[in-house]
Amino acid sequence: MSIFDNPFDPDRNLRAGCACGQHESAAEHDQAAALRCEPVDSEEKRYEGVVASAVMRAMFPQDAARRAFLKSVGASTALAALSQFFPIKTATEVFAQTGAPEKKDLKVGFIPITCATPIIMAAPLGFYSKHGLNVEVVKTAGWAVIRDKTINKEYDAAHMLAPMPIAISLGLGANAIPFAVPAIENINGQGIVLANKHKDKRDPKDWKGMKFAIPFDYSMHNYLLRYYLAEHGIDPDTDVQLRSVPPPEMVANLRADNIDGFLAPDNICQRAIYDGVGFMHLLSKEIWDGHPCCSFAASREFITTAPNSFAALTRAIVDATAYASKAENRKQIAEAIAPANYINAPVTVLEQVLTGTYADGLGGVKTDEKRVDFDPFPWQSFAVWMLTQMKRWGQIKGDVDYKAVAEQVYLATDTKKLMTEMGLTPPATAYKSFAVMGKTFDPAKPEDYVTSFKIRKAS
Amino acid sequence: MTTISLRLRAGLVSIALLAAFLGIWHLATRASAPVKAMSPEYAKLMGLTATQGKSAMPGPLDVGAKLWEHLKRPFYDNGPNDKGLGIQLGYSIARVGLGYLLAVLVAIPLGFLIGMSPLLSRALDPFIQVLKPISPLAWMPLALYTIKDSSISAIFVIFICSIWPMLLNTVFGVASVRKEWINVARTLEVGTLRRAFTVILPAAAPTILTGMRISIGIAWLVIVAAEMLVGGTGIGYFVWNEWNNLSITNVIIAILLIGIVGMLLDQILARFTRMVTFPE
Repeated sequence: MSIFDNPFDPDRNLRAGCACGQHESAAEHDQAAALRCEPVDSEEKRYEGVVASAVMRAMFPQDAARRAFLKSVGASTALAALSQFFPIKTATEVFAQTGAPEKKDLKVGFIPITCATPIIMAAPLGFYSKHGLNVEVVKTAGWAVIRDKTINKEYDAAHMLAPMPIAISLGLGANAIPFAVPAIENINGQGIVLANKHKDKRDPKDWKGMKFAIPFDYSMHNYLLRYYLAEHGIDPDTDVQLRSVPPPEMVANLRADNIDGFLAPDNICQRAIYDGVGFMHLLSKEIWDGHPCCSFAASREFITTAPNSFAALTRAIVDATAYASKAENRKQIAEAIAPANYINAPVTVLEQVLTGTYADGLGGVKTDEKRVDFDPFPWQSFAVWMLTQMKRWGQIKGDVDYKAVAEQVYLATDTKKLMTEMGLTPPATAYKSFAVMGKTFDPAKPEDYVTSFKIRKAS
Repeated sequence: MTTISLRLRAGLVSIALLAAFLGIWHLATRASAPVKAMSPEYAKLMGLTATQGKSAMPGPLDVGAKLWEHLKRPFYDNGPNDKGLGIQLGYSIARVGLGYLLAVLVAIPLGFLIGMSPLLSRALDPFIQVLKPISPLAWMPLALYTIKDSSISAIFVIFICSIWPMLLNTVFGVASVRKEWINVARTLEVGTLRRAFTVILPAAAPTILTGMRISIGIAWLVIVAAEMLVGGTGIGYFVWNEWNNLSITNVIIAILLIGIVGMLLDQILARFTRMVTFPE
């Protein structure tokens, strides 16, 4: 029974009735899967519901007994009776008032790409102020700079590529400093763009000797491009050249013919098409539907010194992510984040990315509503997958304690608690299995997964 | 009479060159006819470069219009990542000023010391020779890592890049003061400190100021690159932010302004140099 089921409904089916077992019916399961995180009604009502359910459940821990009670007196009478000896109103207020943030004025760094949508839009659309924070979102020049500025405590939290907090925590390419991810920013939202001259080279087997750009070594972009190439028999270390190039330089380099293509975060892909220098070969969604892309990260130190600020910040981000996940809000968001103060890109480009109706660069208009999507839950199995790829491509050597690292960095438990408090429905487990290009990944057996690939760096 | 006419002629040639440059620029960046037929629905999603064959390079008219827009409101403030050009230039000039001033405070006394003492001059020479050719931007990661503050790091980079020309010129100027003058001062039993201020300083001043003039040029060159790296504020950040948006128009405007400010800084130092120059 999930937190949002109405405990005052005597006719509620107590047996689980859907494929995953978490939902009452197959229809409800579909709905939950489609919306993932759906804010309900008003804040207050949501909290009241949560508090009332908790009280009702505490009094009648047995589902059957509660049902009998409700049947005999009716839901409204039951609620009235409960309020008689339990101050639900006060409890709701207490519940809604989480501890006051230790630090109200926060700085959050971001890179101007659509992955940062929740972090950015939370400023103009007021999600930070709603949670009692005064946040300044600061545009940053590159991933290495955002890393250094966050480590230097110039930023309290930052937008990072999903594997970066893992790499920083492990001390890859930086000093080992424990970092944590309370929320994933976006899922999907990348693409492989090729220069117009490669219009007829759509089969990756023909790509030997080509030069590709990726935004950063510790990025999903790098791992996905390598994965995609390797699945087509191209060894990314020897058959092609992969260059780490800051996203804005990618379009310029593609125009100048310095690279043949790139796997980049959006709006860069769409920008290349908009400027007529490339075409969309493949959305990253077609490699792995629902893959994480960027994350919202903070250092452990910030979390322990200012836990309430951190919780408020996470709530704001989760709230914004939930808002961004709704298709009908996307146009408004595109307009809110386009100005020079935020992403600084033409509204048309952002709209194409966010609404999923886009020009493919070959003369066609395509529609894919899930081209980019927003889902805050930091699945620990995502972290395990990234670690397997770091191992596969020689970024980490030796034995890896996959589970320990994943659980240390990806704060699924804390996020679950916050989401529950906010009246959202978090998934029951922190590990899920998924398929990348048709190959199933079992988070319980990471080492087998690494060795199952033919193309990888010899360790 | 001849000088005036020469100045007039030079001015005319300058204007003609500018006009020719703008004309060629305008012609080279004109939009050609639509590249190829595309459905209107598709065209709506594409940029002008793709639909109308508009050159990716803006023409002088675009730049002029945009420049006018910026000049009309140089001090707007739309939040931490979008400020007017006046504010951005102000940030850059303040950074350069601070880093440069610190360098002056260190380089000139140190240069005096080294120039007046042959022993120190020899002993420190290898260090100076090694440190001098290092690109100031190479210091950036080190500075960010150790200072742990990006704005101070930028100032440090300005400091470290502007110190060398000043130091070397001071050393050279002090060391090559004519021996006769120093000997005269000695004969008159002038103390070391007084000798330094009344004899050596005026004699070496033109050389020192030349070093300072070279330094301010370098500092202004470096600030743009440093701000592109660090981000946040300043004209370098403006260039980076507009590059991010592939707005070449704004980048050209920034280039123009960087050039003008650099020229002004140089002219100020040149005027100071003329003030201290003496006929021998």
